[in-house]
Amino acid sequence: MHRFLLGRLVQSLVLLVIVSVIGYVILSLIPGGPLSQFGLDPGLTADDIARLKEQMGLNQPVWVRYLDWAWKLVHGDWGVSLRDGTPVLTVIARHLVATLLLMGSSTVIAIAAGTWIGIRSATHRYSLFDYAATIGAMIALSIPTFWFGLVGIYVFSLKLGWLPAGNMYSIGDGSVLDYLHHLILPSLVLSLVHVAVWSRYMRAAMLDSINQDFVKTARAKGVAERRILMKHVVGNALLPMITLAGVQLPSILTGALVTETVFTWPGMGRLFYDSLGYSDYPVVMGILMFSAIVVILGNLIADVVVALVDPRIRLA
Amino acid sequence: MTALAAPIAPTRWWQGRAARRFISHRLALVGAIMITLLALACILGPSLLPYDSLHIDLRARFAPPLTGSHYLGTDPLGRDVAARLLMAGRISLMVGVLAMLLSTVAGTLVGVVAGYRGGLIGAVLMRTVDGFLAFPSIFLVLALAALLKPTPGMIVVIIALTKWMEVARIVEAEVRSLKEREFVHASRMLGLSSAHIMFREILPNAMGPIIVAASLTVARAILLEAYISFLGYGIQPPLPSWGNMLNGAQQYLASAPWLAIIPGAAITLAVTSFNFIGDGLRDALDVRGDLK
Repeated sequence: MHRFLLGRLVQSLVLLVIVSVIGYVILSLIPGGPLSQFGLDPGLTADDIARLKEQMGLNQPVWVRYLDWAWKLVHGDWGVSLRDGTPVLTVIARHLVATLLLMGSSTVIAIAAGTWIGIRSATHRYSLFDYAATIGAMIALSIPTFWFGLVGIYVFSLKLGWLPAGNMYSIGDGSVLDYLHHLILPSLVLSLVHVAVWSRYMRAAMLDSINQDFVKTARAKGVAERRILMKHVVGNALLPMITLAGVQLPSILTGALVTETVFTWPGMGRLFYDSLGYSDYPVVMGILMFSAIVVILGNLIADVVVALVDPRIRLA
Repeated sequence: MTALAAPIAPTRWWQGRAARRFISHRLALVGAIMITLLALACILGPSLLPYDSLHIDLRARFAPPLTGSHYLGTDPLGRDVAARLLMAGRISLMVGVLAMLLSTVAGTLVGVVAGYRGGLIGAVLMRTVDGFLAFPSIFLVLALAALLKPTPGMIVVIIALTKWMEVARIVEAEVRSLKEREFVHASRMLGLSSAHIMFREILPNAMGPIIVAASLTVARAILLEAYISFLGYGIQPPLPSWGNMLNGAQQYLASAPWLAIIPGAAITLAVTSFNFIGDGLRDALDVRGDLK
């Protein structure tokens, strides 16, 4: 177990280094780069640009600049926002809660609904419900999140007037109920794709474990069918789901960007989109790195949890 | 050699097991028909419609669908939505297909080399794949599209840059298991070059999973193009794409909902079709992959 943990930890650290290299190369080698923000200023002469280059250390070789940047990154110095000079980490922290609220609630919906649909599809295989779930999942995976969001706003905000069309709370209000009211539509929209993915994987995992020998044994012992299902089949089918939860992280973040933009939800995705508009590269870079770190951590945690739950891995 | 390689029984391609199962998979057939009709409409449609996709008519702004010969209405500049939709379809489908081709070729190359060579080269290549996978793709695509000049060609490259990893993973695993098979040992004994063994002997045996992944990649590339164009960093107006037709539609949602609904429906239709086809191909070619 310790060896497994250590191995995974080292792997994750290596991956982190690779990710930082990719991120740095992509954002620093692109034409324009950090100097492009000054490019539009007519008052700057070529001398000024050269001096700025010197000041920002841009005349040093790429690998020196990378090491310098990575060193600062490790020590928590992620640069400052070009918009207002706030440290990047502070800016991210400010938007993190909103994103976590949205992602958390949509993940809960997705897991609950997806697991239920998956179990029912597997136990009623080739039934009308199963076919409807299969086709429904494929269509759900094909709908652009933003379009689903727009249709949702059109129906539930503009036509029916039941739910707010955007923002996280009403100005002047701020009660828990008000937050929840604003949360319903974006979290449902964001969860759609994930319900589809979860239900498909759950169905497959269920079908894998339904035919296992231990299920036949339990049945032969005369265990009640319901107990077999809940204890033996579902229990085992949930294992691969833990890994899936880790793997799904990038797409939840992706969906969050689009959903947050459509619903003017003040989270990280919206921040990323706005920062691009302002050419605020330190923040863009910060969010890129932050999300990649979250993804790597998510996969690591999922692997560790699986190892803790599954004796086959723990004892290997 | 030639006597041994003689085909067992000459069958037409449509009589093969794969084709039969593909056709029997009705959803895939529905997908194939839908995408054919959509492509035909996008190719032929614009010349049959009375309006040009760029023709501005300020007297006919915000005409709802079925106003005169504006079958799908007009946009805020009075341009015909039907004409724009079909022209946009050309761009969006083209971007999707080209991005798929580029990412599939790149992913296959990386996968074959990593799987066959293994060792340090393989490890470096596959860890790079892991590294790219750690970035949520839309963050990466948006950052690149904002920094680079978003011409249609560049959008294709950018989308391909974030979609090649899955193919690489699939091909690497496939090649790694194939390279210890007898026919590969035999080719090596015959003194064939590594390149020949990799691409002429092993690769044809790994085509099934590649084709399935490719058809699903078209679906995702079309979606990704729609996302970034919707957010304003993809295909730039006046060139229409399904995504950028929706850019700005949100502010007219109350007064002109068709501006949002119609292009979105086209995207959903195209993406669903490719997903159906991919799913059918997976059954037909007997590929066990992830269920996504």
